Formats: sequence, structure tokens, C-alpha cells
Amino acid sequence: MSRDNILHRIRTALGRGAGQAVAEPPPARIRVPEVALEARVASLLERVRALAGEAWESTDPRGLVANAIAGKTAIASNAPCLAEWGITSLPGVRSGITDREELRELCAVADVGITSADYALGDTGTLVMLASPREARMISLLPPAHIAVVPRGRILTGLDELFSLLPNPAELTSSMVLITGPSRTADIEQILVRGVHGPGSLTVVVV
Amino acid sequence: MSTEFDQKVHVTLADANLQLAIYTATGRLKEKRIEAVAPDALPDYQELRTQANAIKKHAIDNLDHYLEQFERNVAAHGGKVVYCKDGTEVADFVLALAKERAAHLIVKSKSMTTEEVDLNERLEHHGLESVETDLGEYILQLARERPYHIVAPALHMTRYQVADLFERCLHVPRETVIEKQTALARSVLRQKFLAADIGISGANFLVADSGAVVIVENEGNARLTTSAPRIHIAIAGIEKVIPRAQDLATFLKLLARSATGQLLSVYTSFLSGPRRAGEIDGPDEFYVVLLDNGRTRLLPDKAKRQSLYCIRCGACLNTCPVYRKIGGHSFPWVYSGPIGAILTPQFMGVQHEPALPFASSLCGACGEVCPVKIDIPKILLELRSDTRKADAREHQNRLERLGFRAFAWLMTHPRLFEMAGRIGRSMGWPAGTKGPLGAWLSERDLPPLPAHSFREMWRRR
Repeated sequence: MSRDNILHRIRTALGRGAGQAVAEPPPARIRVPEVALEARVASLLERVRALAGEAWESTDPRGLVANAIAGKTAIASNAPCLAEWGITSLPGVRSGITDREELRELCAVADVGITSADYALGDTGTLVMLASPREARMISLLPPAHIAVVPRGRILTGLDELFSLLPNPAELTSSMVLITGPSRTADIEQILVRGVHGPGSLTVVVV
Repeated sequence: MSTEFDQKVHVTLADANLQLAIYTATGRLKEKRIEAVAPDALPDYQELRTQANAIKKHAIDNLDHYLEQFERNVAAHGGKVVYCKDGTEVADFVLALAKERAAHLIVKSKSMTTEEVDLNERLEHHGLESVETDLGEYILQLARERPYHIVAPALHMTRYQVADLFERCLHVPRETVIEKQTALARSVLRQKFLAADIGISGANFLVADSGAVVIVENEGNARLTTSAPRIHIAIAGIEKVIPRAQDLATFLKLLARSATGQLLSVYTSFLSGPRRAGEIDGPDEFYVVLLDNGRTRLLPDKAKRQSLYCIRCGACLNTCPVYRKIGGHSFPWVYSGPIGAILTPQFMGVQHEPALPFASSLCGACGEVCPVKIDIPKILLELRSDTRKADAREHQNRLERLGFRAFAWLMTHPRLFEMAGRIGRSMGWPAGTKGPLGAWLSERDLPPLPAHSFREMWRRR
């Protein structure tokens, strides 16, 4: 069996015995800077805009989203905050889907996918999305536009803070995705084109 | 130099359009990297490199331990790890699974590891349709070419070549606007994603303490590949394992910056196991194929083992004055540039392409930009030595050995050296490029001979 062969070859090459203990790895390098919430929000908005996304801070997410999806079809995730803010009851919005096939069919034809985010990273302009009964993977992926509505308390400084809060994301979910800007490619002549497989339009609303 | 390598190099050098394409693309990537790692943009860049190197060293030095830990944790989350020694075993595994699940269509996201073993060809040979979904890789699959560059696979192709290709292969009207070409590929591939039975991805990192596969990308095709079909198979080299999820805070800061100058790639997916109870979508089955394919051959050599630290950012290609002239397809295997020049001889044996470690000016730029601090120039030197030793074993060139022995003798006898210098200067360089040094001189100009030697000038100062 290749497994045992390969592991045996590795051990022989490294001069290690089976099950031999290892020294502690170098300590993980986690440095969480002190950044005030205001500055984290400002940085997030600035970074998302720099990546050609739209970014707003709003006390009226319902109105903002209503404007953005006027005349379009949208599918919203099951995140409770979207219902609380009245976004799921906007005209043209479907929500509350729990069946994979149904969700996929809806996402394949919807103009806009609306989600929340578990966290956002201020210094890189990143959304952090954990798959769960509240958030499906396809809503932020299949429709050509993605709107993410994020409570401001969820905005972290950056990767270091994320991994200090979630030292092992696999305990929580089968899929954690970091989204930094709209889908893009530069594979033909290095010309930047947005929206190649994922959404070409990304809007982040901080509440 | 072998004739094939030599020929490919000359073809590339003679193609003015290609020269411009390589130079512009690598130049742009290079500039963006420099901005992204500049002290004002990333003050702790050097510390991150040191940390990344230390973690990779620790992981490779204890590789069996971390692979077993990874395997246990993948299993704990409902996935399965499969070890394969070569491409045949990978193909056999995928084919058997496809047959069992009655699968016909496979979507693939970009993976250099699967390029190593020609996975698409092997699967197609057995009647499966395996479609590349990264735009650049899709173009290359239609053109039946291999990647030109680790991160920019179709760097050498123009929009006009893409237009011809799409017209011929997809039977669509000729389209030369890049946005429209991209949209066309999106719509063709979207249908494939929605119909696919299996998604095959690569992996940038395997996280031992989480049993997770980490994939970075910009297009969204890797997310679709790993979450739309019912089966996800990630194929990765055994060297990709890192101890902890927390180490990603180090590696993710370096990878995208070094590759394209982005702070982070658009999508970073951290995937562990199939979808869990209550999760709405995602695959039902999750496999990780751990591929050896020659990697264990690199482990015994403590000095060169660090070649396996590579995170495939492509920074060494963009900065290399040789890659920027001779391009990716001159290289004899899937990995090109400085990293290709050290990986290929170690995976395939130094005799596979003996010229490779010598096709370098040893300027050291590759080592300087490497985010995990692989000492590429030093490994090139060691491989040169290995190549020469292997060469000497095969056919000792007596004339060359005699020449070097005479040279060593002359260098250790200062009076005679000086006399030889005087005679040499009065005679001048031999004209023409014939004789035993002909091949060497055909690519180089000799400097004009000085009127006085350094030693003479020193005495008169």
C-alpha cells in the first residue's frame, strides 16, 4: 500500500522512527494591533473601494439594499440579522431556502446574492464567511452581484485577529472563505477583467 | 546544452512579440510585488519570511508526523486521505471513484501538481471529460499547451490567439475583446460547473491541526469546483502540509503579495471535510490525495531539502533575468524559472536536462525575493556540482581535466603566471570562435586586453 511505503520512505530519509515525537514547532506569529473600531470601519470601506467594490456605512441597510436591488431578483441567506433589518422581506427577495438543489437553481438565475458575514477584516477589506445553516456557499458565488451586510462589531483588524479568535476554524465549519474584492482575472494579456466566475460586483454595507 | 533546450531558447529569443509579452507581464508582476512588500506597506516583511522559513523547515523535517496528524483530522471531519506514489495511482484512484459513482464530467481548478502527472490526459484517455476552469488554464487546455508561468499560465498568448482558439474550439464568431472573451468562457464553464459530478482542486496548504485544505484564487472557479459538485478531490504534494491554522496568518500575508502584489487573493478557501449536518450546500464526499511523485527523493539531502518549502508564488520567475528572456516553455518540465531549475533536476535526475542548473547568471535575485527564503542560488551551485559529477562518471573529458589541472598549477606559481600574462597580452585573443572553447565563446564577448596587468599597476602605484 502506498501510504505505508511513502511514510516509510519519509521516515528513512529524515532518520525518524514511526510515531517518534516531534519538537514544538516555532510559536505561531500572531500580532494583533490595537486599532479603534472607527479606524477599522474606515479602513474596510477604503480597501473595498480600492478593489472596485462598493462600500457604505449605513443606519438604514434596508433602504440601501432596496435601492441596490430595485427591479432585480435577489436571493438572501438565512442570517437572522438580514430578517431583523427587514432585508428578506424586500420585493424580489427570496430567502429561507434550506434545500441544496432548490438553492442552487435560485442562485443560478438570481441577479443578486445577499448575505451577512461572520467577520470582516479592516486592513485588507476582506469578508469572512463560514458555511452554516445561516450562510450557504452559493449565495456569495453564483449570482453576478454580491451584497454583504455586516454589523460593525464584527469588523476585526486583520488576519492575525481572525486566527486568534478562530485558532481552528474547522471546529466550526466545513468551509471558511475569505472574500477580498470582486472576482477577477488577468489571464489574457494581463488585462484586469472583473466577474469571471464569481460575482463581478461586490457591495459591503456596514451597519 | 542539449539541442532541445537550446532550440527552444533560441526560438523564444527570436520571437519579438513573445519577448515583449514575457518582459511586460513579468515586469508588471515584479513591480506590484515590490510595492506590496515595501517597508511602508509591510513593515514586518523580513520577519514574516523568517517565520515562514522556520515553519516550513519544521514541517518538512517532521513531515511524517504532520501528514499523519493531517490524515487523522481529515478523517475526524468525515473526509478521506489517499496516498499516491505517482500519476498512475492518482488516475487509478479518480477513475475507480468515478466508475463507482457513475461520474462522467469533472471540473478542475488550477493545480500545478496535477500538471506534473498529466492528469487530464490520463482521465480523458479513459473516457472522462475533465475541464480546466481557471481562465488561463482553460485556454491552455483548448490549445493543448502546458502552463507558461506558475501564476499566469497563459502569459504568452495574445487576445488574437485566444480569439482564434475560441472560434476553432467553441464554434463561436471570432471575438477579440478581452471582456467578451472572458464572459464567453464564464458562460461555457458555468454550465460545466452546474453539471459536474466531481470537482478536482489543488491545494496551497494542508493544515495538520485542522485537517483542512487551503486554496487561494482570484476567479471563483476554485470555490465552484470545491462546492458545486457532490464530490471534491483535492490533490496536493506531500510537502504542502503546515502545522497549524494560525500559521496561515504568516503564509497568507506573503503568498498573494509575492505572487501578484495583492494583499490577499480574492478568494481564500479553508475547507475541511464534506458539508456538515445543517449546512445547506457543499460536497457530500471529500478526498485529499497526497502525492509523492519524487518528493521523497529530495528528503535525504539536508541542504537541498528546502526546495520543498516552495509555496508556488512565482516571484522568482518574475525577477529572474533568465526566465524573462527564455520564458516558460523553454524549461523541460512543468515548473519553470529558478524554482523549476532546482526542482526539475531533483525530481527527474540531473541527467534529464543537464544544462538547466547552468542556465543562470547566479545573480541571486531569486533567493532574495523568495517569501520562504529558499536559497535557490546555493542549490543551483550544488546541482551544477552534482551534474558535473554525474557527467564525469559517464564520460571523463581528459582534455578538460588536463586544462584545469594546468590552470591550477599556473595559478599557484606567481612568477610563471605573470610571465604567461605578458606573453598572452602581446599575442592578443585568438580570432574566431573555433577550437574547444568555440561553443562557450559563441555566446560571449571577451573583454579587450589591458596594456598592464593589475600586479604591474599595483607595483607602480
